[in-house]
Amino acid sequence: MNWLRQLFSRRRMYAELSEEIREHLEEKTEELVARGMSREEAAYAARREFGNVHLVEEDGRDVWRWPSIESFFADVRHALRTLRHNPVFTAVGLLTIAIGIGANAAVFSVVNSVLLQPLNYPRSQELIALHQIAPGAAGLADFRNGLLLSPSMYFTYAEQNRTFQALGVWVPGAANVTGLAEPEQVRTVYVSDGALHALAVPPAAGRWLSQADQDPHGPERVMLSYGYWQRRFGAEQAAVGRNISVDSRPREIVGVMPQGFRFLDADFDVIVPLAFDRGKAILAGFGFHGIARLKPGVAIAQANADIARMLPIWMDSWSNGPGTNPHIYETWKITPTLRPLKQEVLGNVSDVLWVVMGTIGLVLLIACANVANLLLVRIESRQQELAVRAALGAGWRRIVRGLLAESVLLGLMGGALGVGLAYAGVRGLVAAGPTDLRGVSEISLDARTLGFAFILSVLSGLLFGLFPALKYAGQRTALALRSAARTTSASLERHRARNLLVMGQMAMAVVLLASAGLMIRTFEALRTVDPGFADAQHLQLVRISIPDSLVAEPERVTRMQNEIVDKLRAIPGVSSAGFASEMPMEGFDSDWDAIYAQDKTYADDEIPPLRLYKHLSPGFLQAAGTGIIAGRDLTWPEVYGRRPVVMVSENLAREMWGSPSAAIGKRLREFPNTPWYEVIGVVQDVRENGVQQKAPEIVYWSSLPVDTRWADVWRTMTFALRSDRAGSQSFLNEIRQAVWSVNSNLPLASVRSMQEVFDKSVARTSFTLVMLAIAGAMAVALGMIGIYGVISYSVSQRRREIGIRLALGAQRGDVLQMIVREGAKTALAGVAIGIAAALLLTQLMRSLLFGVSAQDPLTFACVAAVLILVALLASYLPARRAMLVDPVVALRYE
Amino acid sequence: MKNNSKRDLFPGALEMMILRTLRGQPLHGYALVQHIKRTSRDLLQIEEGSLYPALQRLLKAELVKADWSVSSTNRRVRTYRLTAAGAKHLLRQVSSFERMLEGITRVLATGES
Repeated sequence: MNWLRQLFSRRRMYAELSEEIREHLEEKTEELVARGMSREEAAYAARREFGNVHLVEEDGRDVWRWPSIESFFADVRHALRTLRHNPVFTAVGLLTIAIGIGANAAVFSVVNSVLLQPLNYPRSQELIALHQIAPGAAGLADFRNGLLLSPSMYFTYAEQNRTFQALGVWVPGAANVTGLAEPEQVRTVYVSDGALHALAVPPAAGRWLSQADQDPHGPERVMLSYGYWQRRFGAEQAAVGRNISVDSRPREIVGVMPQGFRFLDADFDVIVPLAFDRGKAILAGFGFHGIARLKPGVAIAQANADIARMLPIWMDSWSNGPGTNPHIYETWKITPTLRPLKQEVLGNVSDVLWVVMGTIGLVLLIACANVANLLLVRIESRQQELAVRAALGAGWRRIVRGLLAESVLLGLMGGALGVGLAYAGVRGLVAAGPTDLRGVSEISLDARTLGFAFILSVLSGLLFGLFPALKYAGQRTALALRSAARTTSASLERHRARNLLVMGQMAMAVVLLASAGLMIRTFEALRTVDPGFADAQHLQLVRISIPDSLVAEPERVTRMQNEIVDKLRAIPGVSSAGFASEMPMEGFDSDWDAIYAQDKTYADDEIPPLRLYKHLSPGFLQAAGTGIIAGRDLTWPEVYGRRPVVMVSENLAREMWGSPSAAIGKRLREFPNTPWYEVIGVVQDVRENGVQQKAPEIVYWSSLPVDTRWADVWRTMTFALRSDRAGSQSFLNEIRQAVWSVNSNLPLASVRSMQEVFDKSVARTSFTLVMLAIAGAMAVALGMIGIYGVISYSVSQRRREIGIRLALGAQRGDVLQMIVREGAKTALAGVAIGIAAALLLTQLMRSLLFGVSAQDPLTFACVAAVLILVALLASYLPARRAMLVDPVVALRYE
Repeated sequence: MKNNSKRDLFPGALEMMILRTLRGQPLHGYALVQHIKRTSRDLLQIEEGSLYPALQRLLKAELVKADWSVSSTNRRVRTYRLTAAGAKHLLRQVSSFERMLEGITRVLATGES
């Protein structure tokens, strides 16, 4: 191990080299003395002949070094020394970088766990969502999830496909579990055979639901989530095999899914088999999400072709009943558009996250600009030090390398601090982030994030180190050992780099503020939209489900629901109450009907546009604060009398009959062979899919169908109570008592106020707003510090000049103006560049905006005004100091 | 290995001369540089110091070895002597140098005619 020996004997070698050189010089000197020179002259001559002793020693030592690493360490040591000797500079620099890197690391950790990590299933790249569209089906354009699958489609696809390893359908829902503790409504996922096989996550205990469990006439089985198993069974192995009562029917627990398993983005408590009855399946009933696992090596395009091949088979194999034409679906132009499961799960979250990541990246650039400015100031005061080092024989490369080492070290130390900040920040983000984000709970600072922070630190260090290094490299020819203390007036040249940096900072601040401003405008626009319900804060919601095993007979279900409403209305402080199948903005996949109007004619195989429908009780609209524009509300006698009456939304009334009042008395139906319903009321439009989305056309049926041959009574209803007491604990207790006084087996689920539903539906917008606002505020603060720093420094450099001006009779006001103008000029240029850039960049966030253009003039004007004001303020402070310069003092000091 | 950038000789020339000189007799640094200067009749403008990094390189490559001793003038000196590897290296270097020199000479000669 030669190099190892060298490493240890190196110190001795260096000493020997030094001694050898010393001896050489002495021998030479003595020889010269012997020839008659004076000792002094001889020593000088010896040195001159020898050359630069330090350089020779350094070169000699270099021979033994691992060249780059060691001089790197030497640079680092030197850098550490320099940083330690300038504590204020170091602290300011470190803090700036730490904030910049910390914010980036925090956001990156979110992007990483949400966007970059694969889904938490084995070989998840094989998983696809069976997404399909039906451009020919009018009304379907409003479908949030394209065209879902019907049970018959599932049967066809599962049995006839050539490209999938496994294929299944699923749908989220809710069920009542009784007999364990208090009756409880749990979140369920209903699955067909194949769905669990596609996801391929093995159970933590027991087994999967099997094909046999999907038999509608076979024994009823269920699987539990890990969380539910822990909560209700203490994670006992013996739970498998026990029975629980789901919707009042006993079901045997056959297995438990492992911890952290989610069904796509759905958290659930139990998995229940769908158990389709093959004999009853018809073509229609497009209500199920399809998932599948591709065979290895199969591309999505092949799978699409495979589905397209099976569609005719599907139409040939099933029907909608006698006398219907199964090929009417050809007019729908059903087209498979399968997509990777990951894309399905993420939706448009990626837009939000990339915008946030981009803005935070800009903040880091601004921070770098600030540190670069600090370094530029410092290198001016270090001219002498550098000149001395150069004179001692340091090559300019070596010095530049040293400067870069210093800034990279600063970057790394700041990065380390920043990671600490990010750790705290991530907790904040998880708390503030939209809760429906996949993987938010798993966000952590993993190795990838740390690596990202490390690379970012080095890059930032190089970036802000580049400015002083370039400046030094540019100046070194002119570098002299002159005293830097006595400066002439600062030339424009010396300030150009710093002014450019400040200009860049201002420009980036404009971009950030503009995007934050656009989000604020979006939020404002959202607030002014009438969502179709009123005073959401005082609207208490609770979801109650009456399973058919508890109450079988439809009318008795309605009577029970009616009784609950009456009890709820009797609670002190409740002004009105009612129930409906779904509340707006809950994110449920809605129910759709093809609606025929009596006064329109339809071709034989024509299917009229599909409309969203809901079931509601008399009084619900009043409780929700949804206005009735024409006609009247449903009444209880009409419900029990099975009167064929219906209400429609305003936009549907206008579309079909021209005006709300014209709709009253008109008739419509949902199938060609069902009875006609009379329109008795027209209801205000409701922003069902969120404030950003336009209100869909809606048909409102009574909760008790006119003819139970066509539809079952709606058993799961959200009860809405209007009260000033909404949300208080005593109020909730009274609600519970009221419901249990009707039937003590009824669990209350999803207890919340309408405001919470609303807030959740705008969570992404508010999250983006908060993030952009934070980024914008940081940008303004950093930009202000930047301008202030540049102007103050220039003032301190120009004290003499200002002193002379004042001595020659310049007014103090003139001096003030001169300095402020300098700052304003830089700021204006920066703002102009920034606005140009922002006009382009805000295009990228168009999908996040609502009710405001990406080039909103008001926003841009305000941002420009704010930044110019900030710049004026930042230059006013040092300008005032300049104004107060005492010419006598200023001139004497020099 | 860092190259001596400001050296009028081509890289390796100084090392070659050192090895050649040491083949005659072991010498210490000062004597070595005086010998080279004298033999070259000061035609080569060698900074005396530049010898030492070259010696360190040769030491590292184990082409020479060094021992401390006391000189005739009662001075503590480090005496360098050629190793077997050094002798072999010198032979190779000299022959390749002579070929190079011949080539250069020929080119220069044709230029004159």
